[in-house]
Amino acid sequence: MKKLMLGNEAFARGLYEAGCKVVSSYPGTPSTEITEEVAKYDEVYAEWAPNEKVAMETALGASIAGARSFCGMKHVGLNVAADPLYTAGYTGVNAGMVIAVADDQGMHSSQNEQDSRHHAIASKVPMLEPSDSTECKEFVKLAFELSEKFDAPFIVRMSTRVAHSQSIVEMEDRQELGLKPYEKTPQKFVMMPAYAKGRHVFVEERTKKLIEYAETTPLNRVEISDKAEFGVITNGAAYQYVKEALGDKASVLKLGMVNPLPEKLIQDFAAKYEQVYVIEELDGIIEEHCRNIGVNNVKGKEIFGYIGELPQSVIAEKLLGEKKEFSALEDNIPVRPPVMCPGCPHRGLFYCLKKLGVTVSGDIGCYTLGAAAPLNAIDTTICMGASISGLHGFNKARGAESEHNTVAVIGDSTFMHSGMTGLVNIAYNNSNSTVIILDNSITGMTGHQQNPTTGKNLKGDPAAAVNLEELCKAIGIKRVRVTDPYKLAETEAAIKEELAADEASVIISRRPCALLKYVKHNPPFKVNTEKCVGCKMCMKLGCPAISMRDGKAVIDHTQCVGCGICKEQCKVGAIE
Amino acid sequence: METKSIMIVGVGGQGSLLASRLLGNVLLAQGFDVKVSEVHGMSQRGGSVVTYVKYGDKVYSPVIEKGEADAVISFELLEAARCLPYLKKGGHLITSTQQIDPMPVITGAAQYPENLVEKLRAAGAELVAVDALALAEQAGTAKASNVVLMGVLAARMDYPMELWQKAIEQCVPAKFLELNKKAFELGLSAESV
Repeated sequence: MKKLMLGNEAFARGLYEAGCKVVSSYPGTPSTEITEEVAKYDEVYAEWAPNEKVAMETALGASIAGARSFCGMKHVGLNVAADPLYTAGYTGVNAGMVIAVADDQGMHSSQNEQDSRHHAIASKVPMLEPSDSTECKEFVKLAFELSEKFDAPFIVRMSTRVAHSQSIVEMEDRQELGLKPYEKTPQKFVMMPAYAKGRHVFVEERTKKLIEYAETTPLNRVEISDKAEFGVITNGAAYQYVKEALGDKASVLKLGMVNPLPEKLIQDFAAKYEQVYVIEELDGIIEEHCRNIGVNNVKGKEIFGYIGELPQSVIAEKLLGEKKEFSALEDNIPVRPPVMCPGCPHRGLFYCLKKLGVTVSGDIGCYTLGAAAPLNAIDTTICMGASISGLHGFNKARGAESEHNTVAVIGDSTFMHSGMTGLVNIAYNNSNSTVIILDNSITGMTGHQQNPTTGKNLKGDPAAAVNLEELCKAIGIKRVRVTDPYKLAETEAAIKEELAADEASVIISRRPCALLKYVKHNPPFKVNTEKCVGCKMCMKLGCPAISMRDGKAVIDHTQCVGCGICKEQCKVGAIE
Repeated sequence: METKSIMIVGVGGQGSLLASRLLGNVLLAQGFDVKVSEVHGMSQRGGSVVTYVKYGDKVYSPVIEKGEADAVISFELLEAARCLPYLKKGGHLITSTQQIDPMPVITGAAQYPENLVEKLRAAGAELVAVDALALAEQAGTAKASNVVLMGVLAARMDYPMELWQKAIEQCVPAKFLELNKKAFELGLSAESV
């Protein structure tokens, strides 16, 4: 049966068909749907882990135990999981293990644009890279076989365009595999120096064998065109752009295995043409490899650069000098940036922080939007968990001056991911810091995933729920309180009090995400135009449901969910 | 057949993902190679949302760039204006007349341009503008304006109606099916303003 599938959905189908038994992941755009989709198959155990390190260790444990296993994450998640990755490269596997890492060329939903191929090279773990949904499924299945054949975990590198584009996939049946026998083999799985030295020798030998495999594998494919004037070496999503832009004007070497790279295959292909272009998004890894193996008739980064995606228009313009015609209006078209939703519980909190003029150490999630106009409330956003540890450092550097005027904001899921350890540091190293946990009872930005605080697991079944208040107290924070961000006066007072206190405190700003299905909304509010004086106090909240028409505020009834913070904000009682 | 490109654009939350999947299923059933490209994550939070649908004998790039779209379907007027440059010369622009102020307009930092329907027509686009929101509300919910616009598109494409009906059944939850079918029919018979 043929079906249109997202790359991520096809990836999940590949996991299912390959007989994968254990899946552990942490959500992150653009990788999330792989795990959500595979969780729909009853034959596969699938879970959300609190972070990517835990997920990868779980998957490795399952592989050692004899089950084909998987963990998925976004590019920055692989940094968190780098510790187990680099040593899993040494231990290898028992049953096959596949890791998905999804890069975000163009930074559609990420804080950096790192190229995850560097991790594969540095950890000496092989990496495949599909370029459409069909390949996602095929490559995943092959990755499990190769993982067992070469005794290595295999990374499959995704990108936003491959993960979030649907193309046609032919579905096949699941291959049901029993557990492989588990035998105690400390020389393979106990990585203390005496055994690890032996495994490093194995890893180097394995890489040589993988390079031999890369020379002949159908993953790496030469497409010769009789009309070609030059050659192109490419990978991943860029392959599709190359084919679209150049058609039969170029012969193409498509690399589906991006670590390790073949040598002779590239040398032979490049020898056929006077000029070869390497078209790869982000870093020049294939291009540098070409030069390292004595292939010098290549050009790449000097033409295409290191930033963003390389869609067909870029390739057509740079290599063929072709540009498409188009028309545009003369009007200035205002940008439409993403905003906090109407009724978002984060809005009230950020409004109070802005009003108090507080320095805010931010984190990763929907609440990063608190940095945007008109709230402009966030000072820093670095990576998962950095709000709390960064605040501690900020306060240690500036002392009392910042202790009473600086807070960290972090979501419930991000706190479980890697915020807790920062809070331990605050308690342990006696820092007078104020941490605000924005508990909206869900992992919001990636599209509503359960997490250890929500009381439900990935499959939606009841699960143990972390009690944030008790956890913070157990860590050693004495001042822990809960506020409702829909109540502006109460929230503002709580922030003032905790900032004034001479010890560490945690405010749990608690209100479920307004998009959650179980959240009941109030009827929309209306503006009484006779009372409205046009002072724009309500506009300071940055609610997309409120706008000004003819000097008076107007509330869009299709958007308003009746959260009421504008009503509290209105000093003339015009919002009813 | 040479690859054709349709862009579906709107504001996060308006249901452009469902519309693009619906269209993708119709084209798949018609026997084409199809690619549908979506953007997830941060962009969905009330920002501009763009999805691409491409079909033909063999589709490579899932992305549509400036000057490449045979048709642009927009759920919001400002987004239609924003995406005009993606339209091929002589391409079709189907838009809802709904206006949603973006944050810079809400904060007073920018103005919502006036008379966009007239300006888009003057710019040479083959324009079809309908009040999809009113038709959706007539069908029973404001949320169905995506399916209304698919009806408007279906009336201008030459594919059997049962393919559209089947795709709606595949993409819409059973309890909203009748409502969406009505929205589709209202779109089918809608005239441009």
